[in-house]
Amino acid sequence: MKAIFLCVLWLTTFQVWGEVFPPDDVSAIDKPNDNGSAIILLWKKMDYETAKIFYVTYIATSPSGPFLVQPIQSSIINFKTDLPQSFGFAEDNKNWHALEITDYLLAGGEKKDMIEQNKTYYLRIGVKEGKDGNVVMHPKTFGVTPHGNYFAFNKLNNFLLFIFLTVVIIVFINLAKKNPNLFVRRIAGLEAMDDALGRATEMGRPVLFVHGLKYMHEVPTIAAVNILGRIAKKVAEFDTGLKVANWDPVIQQVSRETVKESYIEAGRPDAYKEENIYFASSEQFSYAAAVEGLMVREKPAANFYFGYFYAESLLLSETGNAAGSIQIAGTDAFTQIPFFITTCDYTLIGEELYAASAYLSREPKLLGSLKGQDLGKLMIIIVLVLGTIFTTFGWEGFSKIFWPM
Amino acid sequence: MKKNLPLTIAFIMGWLGILLDYIPHKVSEVLMTSITKGLMVTIAIVAFLGLYSLLNMHWIKIKRKNAGWGYSLLVFAGFFFMLIFGLYNQGDLFWKAQVEQGMVEWIYTYIFTPCQETMFSILAFFIASAAYRTFRAKSMEAGILLVAAVLVMFGVVPISGKIWSGFPEIAQWLLEYPNMAVKRAIFFGIALGVVSMSLRIIFGIERSYMGGEG
Repeated sequence: MKAIFLCVLWLTTFQVWGEVFPPDDVSAIDKPNDNGSAIILLWKKMDYETAKIFYVTYIATSPSGPFLVQPIQSSIINFKTDLPQSFGFAEDNKNWHALEITDYLLAGGEKKDMIEQNKTYYLRIGVKEGKDGNVVMHPKTFGVTPHGNYFAFNKLNNFLLFIFLTVVIIVFINLAKKNPNLFVRRIAGLEAMDDALGRATEMGRPVLFVHGLKYMHEVPTIAAVNILGRIAKKVAEFDTGLKVANWDPVIQQVSRETVKESYIEAGRPDAYKEENIYFASSEQFSYAAAVEGLMVREKPAANFYFGYFYAESLLLSETGNAAGSIQIAGTDAFTQIPFFITTCDYTLIGEELYAASAYLSREPKLLGSLKGQDLGKLMIIIVLVLGTIFTTFGWEGFSKIFWPM
Repeated sequence: MKKNLPLTIAFIMGWLGILLDYIPHKVSEVLMTSITKGLMVTIAIVAFLGLYSLLNMHWIKIKRKNAGWGYSLLVFAGFFFMLIFGLYNQGDLFWKAQVEQGMVEWIYTYIFTPCQETMFSILAFFIASAAYRTFRAKSMEAGILLVAAVLVMFGVVPISGKIWSGFPEIAQWLLEYPNMAVKRAIFFGIALGVVSMSLRIIFGIERSYMGGEG
């Protein structure tokens, strides 16, 4: 008791005199869940911290120095709470400073060096009052060696959610094999696809397919190519012309192969015309101009827009509308959905783009995956409702389980 | 082999792509960088095929005198002008970096960019005509859309706040709550759709990109 009293008296006395003392509980750690390119200096928040208190850190690659001075840090910044991906959401985080170091100033203060993995760094910390005050150093040096991690534990919630969804979808795919009569709600846009192709056949005009402005390795384009495969097969069966205007040569080559295989599958390899799947332009508005030109000249009977679109969506669909084509669009580009709804006869919104291929095939296995997706959606709804209730009553812990980090 | 090889590649690369996202180690980064570089090399090679396709298509149009074949001549003219000026490079030739303010830059700035801007500006007229069609209050839903749209459009212009301070607040409320709620609902659906479709492709259940059934 006496010791505590003396200690408090000592601290208070120093504060009254305007002196500062170094922080307690200092440590240096390798930043968790990273590639080994960062270290973190931790120290406990001091009771006397104000906006006038500054911390100075020093770094060296040898325990004997030279220690290189780093930019001073205000005591009101750099807390564990700023790094939830490393320290989570513990209540005590606000009482700890955490300075993440990814690079450091070299002698002279102009050039910087990056923190390297498997190399030991030595850190020191001091404190001063005011920017021009005298630095009071912590007596110890703290060594740390950063290492790369093989699993990002901060993404564990995401990983478990992914595993859960994967299992659910696979289970439903297997269930669909046993019970093929699964109910999937009607999607008007996809039901109308046959009508649109039939119209094109009757009118003797081509069908135009556009797959947005994303690259081949991006999911909306993969979904679009899947749909193209289905459409191409029907086009081949109906003996109608198919034009595919591409903005990217890779997509063009993939589309050619997809359409060619579909024509072979339909037993009409002779009807396949390679030049109809062509590269128009890699520039957004040049591409739009090329496709609009095609619409005005050849007046396709049906236009299909599937994929991710930007400002060209309205240019294309409004021109198609003026040309009198039946238009079916599907996009997950939130900002372009209103434009397609306005100008197209049918629009697939968001996830419907990804369900289209499965829906068109009527394959039980593919429809099963849609059912699994629905269960995932139900789970999200339950989590949202519970999260809203718990947060309303002041317990944020539940929503933080699902926090993206 | 023709079917199994692409399916195997899709399976391996699909799982690799997923797992690398959870492995922060440098090894994972190096592997990802290598894959990206491979992708870039593929794109660079395929770019020539794209160019061939473009020129071939326009050549066929000119040869057959298809509708609008004159525009195809312009494609050739544009291509060769840019190629010649690019190679000539104001006398420095093509093995040196492009000269600033040379002919290539001039054509880009004074011909290509205005053409692009013209196309973009047409969007304003298209928005007007599309909005006119949409905002006809023929049904209850169209009526609600019309009222909401008018409130949002009016609420974001400065004069609305001067007439009544509630207009900007209503516009902001519409954007932040009903609009945001719908937006997030769509995003949830998209995320699940992406997971589901990716799994179908990774496990070889979805094969329509190969032109077949399944």
